[in-house]
Amino acid sequence: MSQLFGLAAAALVGLGLYGLIVHPEPLRKILAFNLLGSGVFVLFGVIARRGAVVGTGADPVPQAIVITAIIVAFAASALAIGLLLRLRQTTGDAAPPTGDGPP
Amino acid sequence: MSVAWAFDAILAGTVLGVAAWIVVARETFAAVAGFIAYGLLLALVWVRLAAPDVALTEAAIGGGVTGVLLLGAAARLRGGATVPDVWPAAPLRLVAGALCTVIAAALAAVVLLLPEPAPTLAPQAAAALPATGLGNPVTGVLMAYRALDTLLEKVVLVLALIGVWSLAQDASWGGVPGPQGRAARAPDALVFLARLLPPVGIVVAVYLLWLGADEPGGAFQGGALLAAMWILMMMAGLAASPAVSDRRLRLALVVGPAVFLAIGLAGFFSAGAFLAYPEPWAKPLIVLVEAAKIVSVAAALALLVAGPPQRSPR
Repeated sequence: MSQLFGLAAAALVGLGLYGLIVHPEPLRKILAFNLLGSGVFVLFGVIARRGAVVGTGADPVPQAIVITAIIVAFAASALAIGLLLRLRQTTGDAAPPTGDGPP
Repeated sequence: MSVAWAFDAILAGTVLGVAAWIVVARETFAAVAGFIAYGLLLALVWVRLAAPDVALTEAAIGGGVTGVLLLGAAARLRGGATVPDVWPAAPLRLVAGALCTVIAAALAAVVLLLPEPAPTLAPQAAAALPATGLGNPVTGVLMAYRALDTLLEKVVLVLALIGVWSLAQDASWGGVPGPQGRAARAPDALVFLARLLPPVGIVVAVYLLWLGADEPGGAFQGGALLAAMWILMMMAGLAASPAVSDRRLRLALVVGPAVFLAIGLAGFFSAGAFLAYPEPWAKPLIVLVEAAKIVSVAAALALLVAGPPQRSPR
């Protein structure tokens, strides 16, 4: 059963990597990067599930690492989106920078 | 085969379908909507992998808070299309596709060839658990065995927030996050929801925090829920976003890591090692750290969504 999700996780990593490489839009690259990351997390989950012993549903160590990873991935995405919006602000709909430094 | 197997197959297929949609969708907004659905489906996958703690985190962070962040970004990026929407040439896409297929196939091979019996730390984790006074082994790993990871992760949240704040323009430094006048346009339904949900949400968050010691739950999941309630109230204009120079706000942000670090350092004297707990006090100390952590996690997540300060301080 967990093998099924393991194969799906492998496909998710491939899909995310493809989107990251070919998509021209930065926000879509961030989405694709999150897909790639979630594929890796699910791989951890599959390995945790395989490590189940009597009395536990899954090995707790990979689970705890994935919980930490989800939060860190969110923080990284928020920073990436902040950079992207700021970039748009300085080069896009705002006036182009004049003189030395951003407006 | 069995119903469970059929359910898993359908779930895995749907997750892959939504993931493909996120990559190929023409509209960025549609892709973001797909990503929110994807986060919730992934939470179901975690339930099927017998990891309810991760499922709660994924549903709250992956589906909820990230969804708000991405929708806001997509809305603000719409319009001024300054990035030329040019896909790479077909041969390049083909090469990239082949590369990604090879990587996915290699990972799939690894999944199929995983060693049998599977290596596991579950018995060791369960054996040492009574010493911590906890009942949930995942909380045991997060707060006791791998406490250093959890401490550093708190610090990463604060660092990311400093990074986001430092993207502010000079004039609005120390000001209030969020564009001007958003609160005035909040629809009635949103305001109603923002009045109805937070009392329930706050109780559930505190319950998750308390429950986390023995059952699935904990400070991350509760903190994400608290953050969601705060974001909802800010979006509806019921709560003013605080200025980033607000001293109480900064205190809320650092109280989690600070308490964790203080108890960790006290471990040198009381238990002989950094981040070690003296045995009879382990559970009360862990609950104390988690209580401080939920405040910092909630504040950091909500402010990461709110973004850099954009209005100058009054």
